[in-house]
Amino acid sequence: MIWQAFWAVVQRDLLLAWRRKSEGLSAVFFFVVVAALFPLGIGPELNVLRNIAPGVLWVGALLSSMLALQRLFDADYRDGTLEQMALSPVAMPLLIGAKMLAHWLVSGLPLVLLAPVLGLQFDLSGDALGTLTLALLVGTPILSLVGGVGAALTLGVRGGGVLLSLLVLPLFVPVLVFGAGAVEAQVSGLGVQAHLSILMAMLLPAVFFGPLASAFALRIALE
Amino acid sequence: MNILRANFWFHYAGPQAFYGLAGRLWPWCAALAAVLGLWGLWLGFMVAPADAQQGEGYRIIFVHVPASWMSMVIYLAMAFWSVLGLTFNTRISGMMTRALAPTGAMFAFLSLWTGALWGKPMWGTWWVWDARLTSELILFFLYLGYIALTSAIDDQRRGDRAGALIAIVGAINVPIIYFSVKWWNTLHQGASVSLTKSPSMAQVMLWGMLLMALCFWFYTIALVLYRVRTTILQRESHTAWVQATVQEAA
Amino acid sequence: MLTISNISCVRGHKPLFAPVSFSLLDGQALHLEGDNGVGKTSLLRIICGLSPADSGEVLWNGVALNRQHPEVVEAFRASLCYVGHNLSLKDELTPIENLLFDAQVTGHSLSREKGMDALRKMGLNNRTHLPLRVLSQGQKRRTALARLSVTDAKLWVLDEPFVALDPQSLDYLRAILANHVQQGGLLLFSSHQLVELSQPNGHAMDVRPIRLVAA
Repeated sequence: MIWQAFWAVVQRDLLLAWRRKSEGLSAVFFFVVVAALFPLGIGPELNVLRNIAPGVLWVGALLSSMLALQRLFDADYRDGTLEQMALSPVAMPLLIGAKMLAHWLVSGLPLVLLAPVLGLQFDLSGDALGTLTLALLVGTPILSLVGGVGAALTLGVRGGGVLLSLLVLPLFVPVLVFGAGAVEAQVSGLGVQAHLSILMAMLLPAVFFGPLASAFALRIALE
Repeated sequence: MNILRANFWFHYAGPQAFYGLAGRLWPWCAALAAVLGLWGLWLGFMVAPADAQQGEGYRIIFVHVPASWMSMVIYLAMAFWSVLGLTFNTRISGMMTRALAPTGAMFAFLSLWTGALWGKPMWGTWWVWDARLTSELILFFLYLGYIALTSAIDDQRRGDRAGALIAIVGAINVPIIYFSVKWWNTLHQGASVSLTKSPSMAQVMLWGMLLMALCFWFYTIALVLYRVRTTILQRESHTAWVQATVQEAA
Repeated sequence: MLTISNISCVRGHKPLFAPVSFSLLDGQALHLEGDNGVGKTSLLRIICGLSPADSGEVLWNGVALNRQHPEVVEAFRASLCYVGHNLSLKDELTPIENLLFDAQVTGHSLSREKGMDALRKMGLNNRTHLPLRVLSQGQKRRTALARLSVTDAKLWVLDEPFVALDPQSLDYLRAILANHVQQGGLLLFSSHQLVELSQPNGHAMDVRPIRLVAA
């Protein structure tokens, strides 16, 4: 019964994202645009681009995730569906975790799939692209899980979007450091094991604590 | 008044009792801060010898290092009050956390500025991505985030609780952020440029920094207690005791 | 059994309504009345556990609903069906999808046939496969209230359920409510209008009024 509720929420959110396609895609397009802006600002020299690629692509993914986070709870908060989740006998963190999973599938996974394509624009090697994809695969869920707390706290608050960014960016720094670091390590021939292991080590507590903290924050917002 | 009983502590959790306690404490803290500050500055600027390599300019560490310490201690204090507030639902906790934040942000900002002022004559640049300075910058952002969030929420109670949660989440992340920034710094920088590495600290220099740290500590306590008193008067303005107090003062 | 003991609510330093206490036993209906803005919605939300009370307690079967008794809180939530001001429905989903998802999210199972049947009885036959976005306000309310005929929750808490309903749906809703109370359920609703619930034998059902007064 509990897992049925979990999958029902995932299914519902995916269905909603499908019916409001433009919303989900806009954050992804943002990623593409940002990745194109940097070379325009810096110059077309491939050597330089290859150096900055891991950082640029990761920052683009970060900013795109932050934009998408605003949508995580907003609609449910406004139409009262969030209240029903708060009143459900099924533990709220579980339902929130389901929302975060659906959110990542719509807003995070496309970044993971797009990154190698964009990485080609920066002349990254095949191995580096592989590492980038893997690092984003582990890192973007962390962004959804941890960022959810910020999204929950700023529900219905004035200046919500910018405030959300200010709140979650410091929390994203470790993911950025190790995510981009993994690709740089790959490029410079050092092992990526350490970076990826640390990312995994950050993902596991995030899976547990992210929904818990977000559910707590949502109850505060519903008061 | 047995200090071991929970009642003693919970008594002061009430705004009226805390108002009285804070009123008695803050002048002493302010006086202590002034004395310690004068002593520390005297030691730092008059007594301590010039550094072999850095000359007179290094003296800014007597402000920079204590300010960094305070910015971190104050954030921990905010996290402490936040945990207290969420567990026991006391109104004072939210007020204390809110009162601590601006001072903490100020110290973080001061630490960043003094770091830059130190760096310029020493290394020729206004900013250096030293691990400590970078972590300090992120800590400054955490403070700004807390202040922005609590200012943006109209309902005071909800603002307190939301702020408490973000303070706790931030505090848990501070070690993680520090570790990741240190990693990032050692990987990227060949020659290690550290603003806090001093070959040998003369005793008197350590004493100077310690005294300045204590000065900042008591300054913070005095200012925060004073600030909380104002917040209490604002929030409890509808109660009889506040109206009586305000009338007495008028 | 639901007991409200000395609940008060503060908004912006001033208490909304005078402290209120009452009990609701099996098979009883209670009508919460009061002027606009006195805090009927706030009280209902406090009872459901969405907002905290500034004083007093809500008890379910004699046990206080607070942090100390999580199992009772869970049992309470399993027995609760709350329909508030905003209807807790997704605009992009159809009525039948809304009903099915709502049941699953609250841990119940609902067959498609039962759901369609409930919607049909609420007069939504031709609209069940259209997204809620294109339905009228009255039709949306009927969808929200269709929840009531498929739930097995014991305590129904409804905030202004009779608003924007046409006479036919109003009759049907009154019948559902009367049936629920008759079967031993608990009903708590707020309403401006004086609405009669009638039992099958034609007699008016006993609905206790509780009036909230400004503090």
